[in-house]
Amino acid sequence: MSDFWRRFRRNRGAVVGLVVLVLVIAVAALAPVLYPGSPWDMATAPFVPPGEEGMLLGSDSLGRDVAAGIAHGARISLMVGAVSTVAALLIGVTLGAVAGYLGGVADDAVMRFTEFFQTIPSFVFAILLVAIFTPTIGSVVFAIAVVSWPPVARVVRAEFLSLRSREFVQAAEVLGKSRIAIVVTDILPNALSPIVVLSSLMVASAILLESALSFLGLGDPNLMTWGFLIGSGRSVIRLAWWMSVFPGLAIFVTVLALNLVGEGLSDALNPRLARQRGGAA
Amino acid sequence: MELSRLPGFLLRRGVKAAIVILAIVVCNFLLIHAAPGDPASVIAGQSGAADERFLAQLREQFGLDKPLHVQLWIYLKGVLTLDLGFSHRQQQPVWTLISERLPATLLLTGAAFAFAITAGVTLGTLAARRVGTWADSVITVIALTFYATPLFWVGLMLVLFFSVWLEWLPSFGMATVGVELHGIDAALDLGKHLLLPALTLGLFYLAVYARLTRATMLEVADQDFVKTARAKGVPEGQVVRRHVLRNALLPVITFAGIQAGQLIGGSILVETVFAWPGIGRLAFDALLARDYAVLLGVFFCTSVMVVAFNLATDLLYAVVDPRVEVQG
Repeated sequence: MSDFWRRFRRNRGAVVGLVVLVLVIAVAALAPVLYPGSPWDMATAPFVPPGEEGMLLGSDSLGRDVAAGIAHGARISLMVGAVSTVAALLIGVTLGAVAGYLGGVADDAVMRFTEFFQTIPSFVFAILLVAIFTPTIGSVVFAIAVVSWPPVARVVRAEFLSLRSREFVQAAEVLGKSRIAIVVTDILPNALSPIVVLSSLMVASAILLESALSFLGLGDPNLMTWGFLIGSGRSVIRLAWWMSVFPGLAIFVTVLALNLVGEGLSDALNPRLARQRGGAA
Repeated sequence: MELSRLPGFLLRRGVKAAIVILAIVVCNFLLIHAAPGDPASVIAGQSGAADERFLAQLREQFGLDKPLHVQLWIYLKGVLTLDLGFSHRQQQPVWTLISERLPATLLLTGAAFAFAITAGVTLGTLAARRVGTWADSVITVIALTFYATPLFWVGLMLVLFFSVWLEWLPSFGMATVGVELHGIDAALDLGKHLLLPALTLGLFYLAVYARLTRATMLEVADQDFVKTARAKGVPEGQVVRRHVLRNALLPVITFAGIQAGQLIGGSILVETVFAWPGIGRLAFDALLARDYAVLLGVFFCTSVMVVAFNLATDLLYAVVDPRVEVQG
């Protein structure tokens, strides 16, 4: 563990990313304290520029506090990012494990299925899913999970393919362990590091996807999100630039932090690869 | 690959593409039935757009009282004859709506793609040749930045900067409203309108291609044939162009093929921001009106475009690189 931490720390970008990420999580957790009350309530006059009348980041067309919207939106963004990643991991790990461990016909079937999902334009498919199942937080999470699992399935399958013929797996088979037990207790723990690295990047892309959906008006209508804030600022950008600039910066900073942490995790979990790159990254 | 084996290869890839398209049609069909409420109202578009008489007509047309597999057959036959349904909102067949908007989307995605691949490969090559220097770091940082920025937000920021503050470029549409332009002037006007949307859509992929080119070039540069070329005294510029870049480009081409779907998905966002009259904008309007027939049609057409593009890159790849094994 201390070894892991030492290697992670060597990547300065990753440390900065981690600090930023912790700050974003803190803002999300403290949103009800920092900005009590609903972010949908009118707080001041419409179109107050940033820094005036106690509005740190200005107010929107209905006099709502943009900063309050961003703080409350952080909760939704992080939550959607995390939950949909967990859901995508469940689908991807299961399918990848089946394909990689069983091989043969099962492998073929799963890989064709995965290829299909990688071929279709995923964003258009996500829009379709959310539109048809009506925009709620549940359908948004579902749609993001449905379009994000294929890379996981591929990575897990590749790991399982190379691990299943190793001695420790053969030993477990000879000992008479059940297949499920072998997959879960012997192979999966050894395949964890690429899954961990991938999931930090998946949270990042899930946040981007969620913001794009709610920018198009496909967010849960009862929840304040970053994408919704930008979408509502779009038509009045000539009048109030701050309405679309600040929520976008929030997305950028969060996603960048997650990507940097992902690179740090990759360095820490694959020390050989990190050394090869000579720390240039 | 040997040319005599090309027809068989083409056939297998064609069959595969046809299966994917078939699966997409089935997927659309299932979605109509999985949606909450009456499938007829889904096809017609919800929120009270359709009257009872129209719904009854739809039920009959799609055989909604018949067993599910018969309904699927009716739906399949319709799609294969390019009958993608009727938009009750716009009072026009869906295929007509889509085919009207298709050229604008192809122009936008084509321009964005050309920009992204040329600029991306150039920047990636520069970064790979100067590994570890400040130029490399700057290019890596740029790539990371666009990787983490929402596409639609980049578009809005470009509008804010170039249209609102500098007033250099138009912020929406495809042509200046209310003026009649011909020849060069019309083309220039179109180019001005195209610049910001294509830049927005291209910047993200520029970052992707730059990173990919940098990585593959570094990999290829270590290989023996490059060392041999250097050892026999080939000038450095030629080594980079002839030996390294050529080989490094192959994965970039493959990746571009895989990403075709994302490029089209991205164009929905960009067209929404810039009011570009393509199928993305059509999808957005359909979204606001809950016009599901149009949405399903857009999904079908964009999927077919991606399948066609993949087929083209596969073919290009097999012809260009003799080492590619010809498999189904």
